[in-house]
Formats: sequence, structure tokens, C-alpha cells
Amino acid sequence: MAEIDPITLAVLAGRMEQIADEMDATLFRSAFNPIIAEAHDASHGLYDAVSGDTLVQGKSGLPIFVGVMAFAVKAVIDKAAQDKTLAPGDTWIFNDAHIGGTHLSDMRLVRPYLRDGEIFCYLASVGHWHDVGGPVPGNYNPSATEVFQEALVLPPVKLQRGGELQQDVVDIILRNTRMQQSAMGDLSGQMNALDLGVRRMDALLDEYGAETVKAALVALGDRAETLARSEISEMPDGRWEAEDFMDNDGITDEALPVRVALEVQGDKLTLDFTGTAPTCAGPINIARPTAIACCYVAIKHIFPSLPANAGVMRSIDIKIPDNCLLSAEYPLPTGGYTETILRMIDVIFSAAAQAMPEKVVGNAYGTINALSIAGRRPDGKRWVMFSFYGGGHGGSIESDGLNHGSAPISTATIPPAEILESAYPVIFRQWALRDGSGGTGMHRGGLGAVYEIEVMDESAEAFLFGERGRFAPKGIAGGGDAAKNVFHYEQDDGWHEPALTSKMVGIPLKKGQRVRLETPGGGGYGQPSERPAAQVARDVSLGYIDAAAADEAYGTAWREVEQ
Amino acid sequence: MKTKMAGVDVGGTFTDVFVLDEATGEARVAKVPTTRPDQSGGFLDGIGREVTDLGELGTVVHGTTAGTNALLERKGAKIGIITTEGFRDTLEMRRRDRRQTWGLRGDYDPVVPRNLRLEVPERTLADGSVLTPVDIDAVKAAAQSLLDQGCAACAIVFVNAYANRENEAAAVAAVRDIWPSEHVSASHEILPEIREFERTSTTALNAYLQPEVAGYLGRLETALRDGGFGGEFLIVQSNGGVMAVDTACQLPVRTALSGPAAGVIAAGYIASTAGFPNIITGDMGGTSFDVSLIADGEPSLAPQTSIDFGMVVRTPMIEITTIGAGGGSIAWVDKGGLLNIGPESAGSNPGPVAYGQGNTRPTVTDANVVLGRIDPDRPIGGKLDRLDVEAASKAIDEHVGQPLGLDTLSAAEAILKVANSRMAGAIRLVSIERGHNPRHFAFMPFGGGGALHTGAMLSEVGIASAIIPRYPGVTSAMGCVIADMRQDFVQTVNALAHEADTTRIAEIIEEHRVRGLKLLDDAGVTFEGRDIVVELDMAYVGQTHTVSVPLTINVGEDGVTAPTHDEIGEAFDAAYMASFGRLLEGGVRRILNLRTAVIGRRPKFDLSTLAPTNDGKAEDSLRTTRKVHVGGDWHDTPIYTRLTLPVGTVIDGPAILEQPDTTILIEPDLKGTVDQFGNVVIERKEA
Repeated sequence: MAEIDPITLAVLAGRMEQIADEMDATLFRSAFNPIIAEAHDASHGLYDAVSGDTLVQGKSGLPIFVGVMAFAVKAVIDKAAQDKTLAPGDTWIFNDAHIGGTHLSDMRLVRPYLRDGEIFCYLASVGHWHDVGGPVPGNYNPSATEVFQEALVLPPVKLQRGGELQQDVVDIILRNTRMQQSAMGDLSGQMNALDLGVRRMDALLDEYGAETVKAALVALGDRAETLARSEISEMPDGRWEAEDFMDNDGITDEALPVRVALEVQGDKLTLDFTGTAPTCAGPINIARPTAIACCYVAIKHIFPSLPANAGVMRSIDIKIPDNCLLSAEYPLPTGGYTETILRMIDVIFSAAAQAMPEKVVGNAYGTINALSIAGRRPDGKRWVMFSFYGGGHGGSIESDGLNHGSAPISTATIPPAEILESAYPVIFRQWALRDGSGGTGMHRGGLGAVYEIEVMDESAEAFLFGERGRFAPKGIAGGGDAAKNVFHYEQDDGWHEPALTSKMVGIPLKKGQRVRLETPGGGGYGQPSERPAAQVARDVSLGYIDAAAADEAYGTAWREVEQ
Repeated sequence: MKTKMAGVDVGGTFTDVFVLDEATGEARVAKVPTTRPDQSGGFLDGIGREVTDLGELGTVVHGTTAGTNALLERKGAKIGIITTEGFRDTLEMRRRDRRQTWGLRGDYDPVVPRNLRLEVPERTLADGSVLTPVDIDAVKAAAQSLLDQGCAACAIVFVNAYANRENEAAAVAAVRDIWPSEHVSASHEILPEIREFERTSTTALNAYLQPEVAGYLGRLETALRDGGFGGEFLIVQSNGGVMAVDTACQLPVRTALSGPAAGVIAAGYIASTAGFPNIITGDMGGTSFDVSLIADGEPSLAPQTSIDFGMVVRTPMIEITTIGAGGGSIAWVDKGGLLNIGPESAGSNPGPVAYGQGNTRPTVTDANVVLGRIDPDRPIGGKLDRLDVEAASKAIDEHVGQPLGLDTLSAAEAILKVANSRMAGAIRLVSIERGHNPRHFAFMPFGGGGALHTGAMLSEVGIASAIIPRYPGVTSAMGCVIADMRQDFVQTVNALAHEADTTRIAEIIEEHRVRGLKLLDDAGVTFEGRDIVVELDMAYVGQTHTVSVPLTINVGEDGVTAPTHDEIGEAFDAAYMASFGRLLEGGVRRILNLRTAVIGRRPKFDLSTLAPTNDGKAEDSLRTTRKVHVGGDWHDTPIYTRLTLPVGTVIDGPAILEQPDTTILIEPDLKGTVDQFGNVVIERKEA
């Protein structure tokens, strides 16, 4: 193996990150589908030729993809080894979440990059498609008990052989989506991104030589490992446990525990999820690759300077029992994976906060609240307003939590009320911060939100896939818990709550009736007694908390503050 | 005779003045320190250096950072918002974004606190129908309450006011009746465009800036008039066009990127004139490297920008991409042994180690100093007497050389190599995001430090040539003199393309045209021509990202002729095809917004008047030779005084060209040619 000098290493680190960024930019620019083009629900990177490990990943993609893509590549490596058919110019495509992680909406393309007849590395692209079939448009079916009730399941198959597009594969995919044009647009965008990646890698290897670039990849993996070990070493040795609960699995209203024990020994960190609930009937199961990728997301939120490189994980041991909520196997449904990984992040934060609260933030709101309202236009055409809603972030040693943020696994922005009102027959009666929803503390949690929506059509139906209705997002280091998720819908006889906490399917609404979603805030940081009275007085004057609640949490000293 | 015009760019450190005598074609530049807190001192001082009688000035054009600074430093006025019941938190909730992807830390404090955001009963629906008429008594009470609490300005933003201004206009009239100043901003006047957060933020930031910017511009104008100035006073907007000072006082939010925009306008004009219609500009300052792309002589415009987290301004503006790699960016080695540049910066104060003002961590400028590329005895800017090479070497040794096992020179080269690689990356990414191949562009560095890095940009990006303007340090001031007058208008249409009311579309264009032309006429400025540019923001139904569709319009005696549905459809197909290379078969086209730009083309001055007039030989400008480390070795490098090099001179690298505001490095494999305008064009030597 060639030695690499530190200058070349620093330059190559930037160049390879740039290749992944340029692949991101290529897809964002050419995708048809706003989930990719606007919300950037996609990712690209370079992966190890043998293990599939992440070598470099673009900076603009969604956080959860950092880490999960390695599993998609490994799945293809295994498949190619089994079939013994890998040739230059081959590209695989699949969406099978049980081997590739996340959910079936995420279409993955994986292409080996060859140099001098050998696989140098893999290039991969993942993007969230608009629709891949199944009973619910957009593939979010809260009552699914098997993947077959979610979407088309595509195992790794060759999309291109020797550079030639396999039209029969494309035909199968297109026949299984409600949005053919969008799917075709995303597919070509992803292929364009891989093509660009190949061209850029060719140029890089021509300039620096394959041996040097390979040496840089090895060195970058080692560096990532060193960085992670250095961060872990600064944590005290010990073992800390945390538990939290999912409200239910969407089928029966029984709470499901998620437990973690975080153990630090020197420069080694273990996350042990023993004690977590077994697999469930509904779609909040997640596949093992998703769970492992999620640990990576939590770790990177705690240590943001760690790179997107698998070397980070060499010092981290993740233990997940078989047949548990976090290791569900085919064909259990996984469509609601977002809710479960958010809870995993919460318990990891809660455990880590016991070891070193200054590095951690209080729990964020912990649910994406996928709320759809659907009906039929006068001409019979179906409309579906489908969106995720925001909530509060946790307080930290630096500051109060952010009011109304996006979920830790995402960076997607929320559509404006005016866009939604212009596209669907609804009126937003309220779109506001939710008073009193942040956890108390030296630095309080951010506020969640209230969205009250009135139906203007003669009739419509509402669907909700949420969480945190029974168990509040937690504060850390003495900070208070946030408010729980609350959902109400109006019927002729008044307001109701869903029978199953935070989840419901097809509740009929009449013209003028409303639904009201109140999302959780974030957990607080530090003892409330340490919050300066002037800040409490300001919170009260701004309506972030009411006077009585402030008295109870902070005492009455704030009443003496002159405004 | 009012024959002169002056462009004045007030930056953080210097105020630059560019004076053009339109009668003689003579141009002069001046650079004076910026005065604080009142910038008018430096402003008048700078003009005074080149113009003894302000009565000679026909036009003064100002690129200002007053608005930008007030936003960044949160020094705007105490203001209130009056809005629709249920929506007072729009400004604070943003679009649910966060500061950084990773870390989840930090909160957000909007410019208007929650207790100064008041709701009133009223509601308009998305189709423009009024569900609840506005309660005028409640509006008056809200306005009075804001006044009682000491608000100096007020923003009024009603939901769906883009679709029907009726309720909002009634409320605005009622507030203006009782408000003691002009400082009432209405969302339907400032941005009648769908998306309530962007409209609220833009309107609120306008109100926030109004008292400050109007006061500043008023003081400047008074000082000019008192000095005998009898011409027109114009302000550069973020879109690169100028507007009358009165308009700027009403729409200060449009000055958010005034200074940098003028620089890009000048860059585009200089490069086009010199035969390079496609350029990428790179402005290297103390903390950042700003990249802009100009294709076919036209800078690309962005629909909006975020001045700081959550402070969104939606108004067309010159698109400038910034990365944290400036001269003051700090080089450091991380725990994993990797050399990094920035994002931390020593800025200009304390500045690089070599400045001797207290910073001890090495910067990009320190690397240039140690390698002899910057003359330690003649630092640019004129603030310091000399630079401390030894201190810079020591810092590089300690923070980069030792951790990486490199000697001082290799460490300094490493710093530049990594910084160059990041700058080159920014150029490539900007090109790809706009759908261009950077190899088809020339590179134009401006700002103090950019011209030291030219060679690296050529080799790393694969660009064929670079063009360094004659006065790279005063490009923004020159841009003020060059910029056209431009008024932008927007109106959300929100209709399917095949059923849109084309008569209504023609009416909107006509209204924009009449308002825009009136603003041009009222400014009292000479124009060579006037253009109306109309674009539709369009997409296929189901898509939320739009493409800009240029629409050709016909103006007759009765005003604008309505476009047909077919014309709109064909224009969309052409624009979509150009952007994405294919159309969506059977896709339904939708029009979201209509945008009109009314442009008054101002006479351009002949850039060759800037060219050196002396004959003679290059040797006459040879000042000295110095050892410069480049390409891994020390070279005895000739140092030329740039401004006296005659037209047509060819200088082979290695060479350094010096001038008061910048240093140009021509690397050994490159040559520099002084073109007929006095620009230096850098290319590879013929093999």
C-alpha cells in the first residue's frame, strides 16, 4: 500500500467529498419529485469495494442516509458474489428495506466502480420516490401488517448490464407506481448522478493514481476511527441506561419499550438495546440496518464533527437482540420506521446525558406526525393532503431549544399554509407555537406547534400516524419533560381523540369540521432553578409559558423582575 | 456643468469611490477609510478627493452595506406586526428549518418578539374570496398598542393577501392614518407572492430596516445637497440594478446585498467587453470566498436569500455563493491528523498572525507571506507598515508543520493547496448547480487576495484563462456607475396554464410596466433604452419547484397584448427542456407567479479610457526582484508595478504584479497579457 503525504490526504479528502456533493447536486437539479428536489430526501456516496462500508458521503442528503447506505451496497456485494455475474457497467436497483434499511419509498441504485479491471469502490444513490405502489398513495400505511400492504418490494436486480438499461426491469417498476413520470424522472436523475460520479472518479484517479487514492481512503477511515476514539475517550467510563416507550404499534394500544444501555470503556462505546420490545404486528418495526444507521445519526448529533465515514463505527459496538422491534425481518412491515428511530435517538441522548450532559441536548419532539386529509373533488378526482408537522427541539448547555424545528433524522422544510390552502379544500384556522409545550429547565425546551385545519369540502377523511401521545419527550440534566402529542377531531357531537393514541385511519369529516394537532415541544436542559428570573419573566411575557406554570416550575422570583 | 458621476461603495474597512467624467471619459478612483458609526463622513471625504465642486456631479450611485449590517448586527428598529387571527407566530416558526444539520443546538430569536405580533379578525381564502371582512377597529387598536409600546415601524401581513389585497389594503390605510411616520410596510405592496413565511419575513425585515436605512440615506442626501450637489442620488439593489433614493427608503430590504451585487455587475461588464461573456467571479475577502456566475454577460439571480438563520429576504438578487475560505481563515490540524482551513477566521481584526495584532494561529494570508507571495514590506491596504514574517512562520510551524511532520515551507504550501482545493470545489459546485461546465468559463478574481490564487483556480478547475480587472479593489464602486436602473415586480397567479385568465395576466404586466416606467421617469436619469422583461414561474402540476419561463410580450398603444395559452405553453416547454433536457408527456402545466423587471439601460462608459496610456517597455515598470516560493521551489521573481505596464505587454511567469489594492501572482507555467482595457489576462504558456 502506498504511503500518503498529509497534503495530498487533505486535498483528496475534500475532492472525494466534493464528488459526493456533486452527485447530490446533479440529482436535486434534475429530479421531478419535490421530496427529492426540495426536501433533499436523497443521498450519494462512495463505498468500500469489499465491505460496502461508507467511505465518503455527500453533505446535503438526509441525515438518516449517512450510515444506512453501506447496507444497501453490502446487499449488492453479497448478491453479486452469489450470482457471480458482476461486470463493468452493471448497476443494481432495489428498495427492499429489510436488507437496505429505511422504508420501501427509498429507491437505491448501486454501481461498482472499476479501475484496471478491478472493483475500486462502489457508487450509490438513494432517493425517496413519490409512490411505489401499495394500497396508500405515498406508501404510508399505518395499518399494514406485512410489507405486501405497503408497496412493491424490489430485491437487488440489475438495472443496467454492461451499461445497457434493462427495459424489462424499468417496465416492472413503472407498472407498479401511481406516478410513472415522476418515477422515470427520479430514475434518470439517479443514473445521471452515478454517471457523473464515475466521470469524476476517473479524473481523480487519472490525476493522483489509484494507489494514492486507495491509500487516502484507508487513511481517512483510520482518521475517522481516531476522531471517534478521541471523542469517546473524553467520556467518563461507566454504564448508563435509559428507556422510553412507543405509544402503540398501530394495531393494538399497548406501549412498547425501547431500552438502551450505553457503556464506555476507554475509547470503546457500546450501545446495547437488550430489553427492547419484540417485533410487533404493525409498521413501527425497523430492520437491523436502519437501527444501526440510526445509532450513527445519534452519535453524530452528539459529536457533530465526526465525518461520514465507517471508520467512526470501529470503536462502537451495537447490540440488538434478534426478533425485536429493531431487528424485524421480512415480511414484517417497516413503513413507520421514522417513529421508531426517533425513539432510539431519544434513549441514546437520555443515556449519554447521564455521562456528559454538556454534549447532549434534551429530547426533540420525537414524532413526525404524518397527517393526511383526503377527499374527492366535485369531478370525482381524489385529493390527498399529506404532510409531516414540526415540533420543539431540546435545550442544551448553550441555549434554549429551537421552537418548531424539523426532526433529528431529517432537514425537510414544511410546506407553507398558503400553498396547502391553494392546493386542497382546507383552511388553517391556526398555525402557531404551542404555549407551554417546552420542557422547563435552565435552558427550556423549544415549543411545539398547533395546527388547526378545517375541511371546506362536503366530506373528507383524516389519517394520522404519530407518536408521543402517552410518553413525553424527556429533559436532561434536571430539565423538565415537554408536553405530549395531542390530536383532536371534530364530529357532530363535539371533539374526539383517536381510539388508538396518535394514530387513526379514515375518520370521516364533514364540511366545517376541524382537526387539531398539538405537537410536543423539546425537553429542557438543566435545573429550572438555575434559569435566570429575567428569562422566566420574558417567557411569561411572550406567552411561552403561563404565569401559574412558571410559578410552579421556577418559583415566583420572576414576578419581581422589572419589564 | 454636471458632467461627472460617482459610484461609492462603503465597505467594512474602506470606502471606495469611482468617478467618471462623461464629457472627457476620464475615470478616477479613490480609497478612504470607512467612518463609523456615521458612514457619511467617509462617503463625502472619498468623493471630495476627486471632485472639488459637488455641483459638477450629475449622479451619485451608492452601494451600501447599511441594511446588511443592521440585519447582521440586529440593529434595526423596534417594530410590530399586525396579522391574521391564528398566524402571529409565522415569523418565529419559519419553514421548520434548523441552523445546522448536525448537533440540534441553538435557538432562534426573531426580529419581532411575540408580544409585538398582534392578531386581528379577518380572513381571505386562497381563491381570493373574503371569508371574514377585516375588523378595522381591531386593526386601529392593534396599531395604537404597538405605538404605545414604542414601535417605530409596523408590518402588516394577512394570510392569502397575495390572492386578494382588499382586507390587507383596508388595514394598511387605517394604520397609515394614525401612524406618525412613513414606516408602515404592507405585504401586498412588498411581495404579493404566495408563501406566508417568506412574505412575512421580507415585509417584517423591510419595516425593521426602514427607520435605520431611511435615516442614513436621508443624512447622506442632505449632506450632499448641502455641499452643492444638484443631481440624482441612486442606490444599488441586491438585484444589481439601481433605484432612486426615495424608493430605497420605502424598500430598504432590497438593499440587503447592495455592495456585492454592484461588484458582480462590474465584473460582468468588464469581462464581456474584454471578450469573456462567460465568467465565474471569485471575491476573496478576510473571512470568505464569494463565487458568482455570469453566463452570456448576465449574472444569475437567486429568488431569495437568508441573511442569517431564519432571516429570509425574498426579492430577486445576484446569486452569490460563499464558503469560509478567506485570507483570514485559520489553518488547523484536527485530532485525526487532517489539515483543515476555516471555518474559524481571524478576519481583518486581529487578522493574520503577520499583522501582529494578537492572533497566533496561522491563516491563508500567513502562508502567502511566508512563501514570499505577499511583500512583507508593502502590505496592501496601507493600514500596516510591514508584516511579521517570522511570527507567521512560527505559527505555521507550531500549528501545521509539527503536527504533520512538515517543514515550514511545505506546511505553508499545504495550507494554500487545501484552501485552493476548497475554492476550486466551490466554483465547480456553483457551475453544476446552475447546469454549466466550468471549463467554458473564465475566472475573474477581485477583492484584495483573489489574484494570488488565480493559477490554482486554472489548474484545479480546468479553466483556460483568468482576467484580472485593472482596479480589482474598487470593482463594486465601478459597478455603481455601470449598473442599469431596475424595478422588480411579482404577482402570484396560481392557475393552470391552459385555463389561466390571459387578459388578467396582461393587466398585471401592464400595471407593473406602468409603475416601473414611472419610477424610471421620476428618477431623472438618462437611459439609452428601456426593457420590460417578463417571466412566469411555472411547473407541472404536482411539482413544487418552478422554472423561470421568459415570456415575449408585445406592447401596443393600448398597452400589453395578452399572451395566448399556446404561447405560454410553448415558452414553458422551451424553458423546461433547456433546464432538464426532457418534457413530462401529458403533464399539466401550472403558472405560479408572474415576475416583471422594468429596466432602464444606462449609458455605458468606454472601459478603454481606463487603460494605461503610456508607451514604453515592460522593463520600465520592473521595480525589483524578490524570492518567491512557488511550485515547490524558490524563484527569483521579477516584481512589476502593474498600473504602468503598457497595453500589449506580455509577462511570463514567474512574476508578481503589484498595485495598491492587490497582488497578482503569475505562476511559472503561466503568462499575463495587458489587454487594450488594462486588464491582465492570464493563460497557460504555449507548450
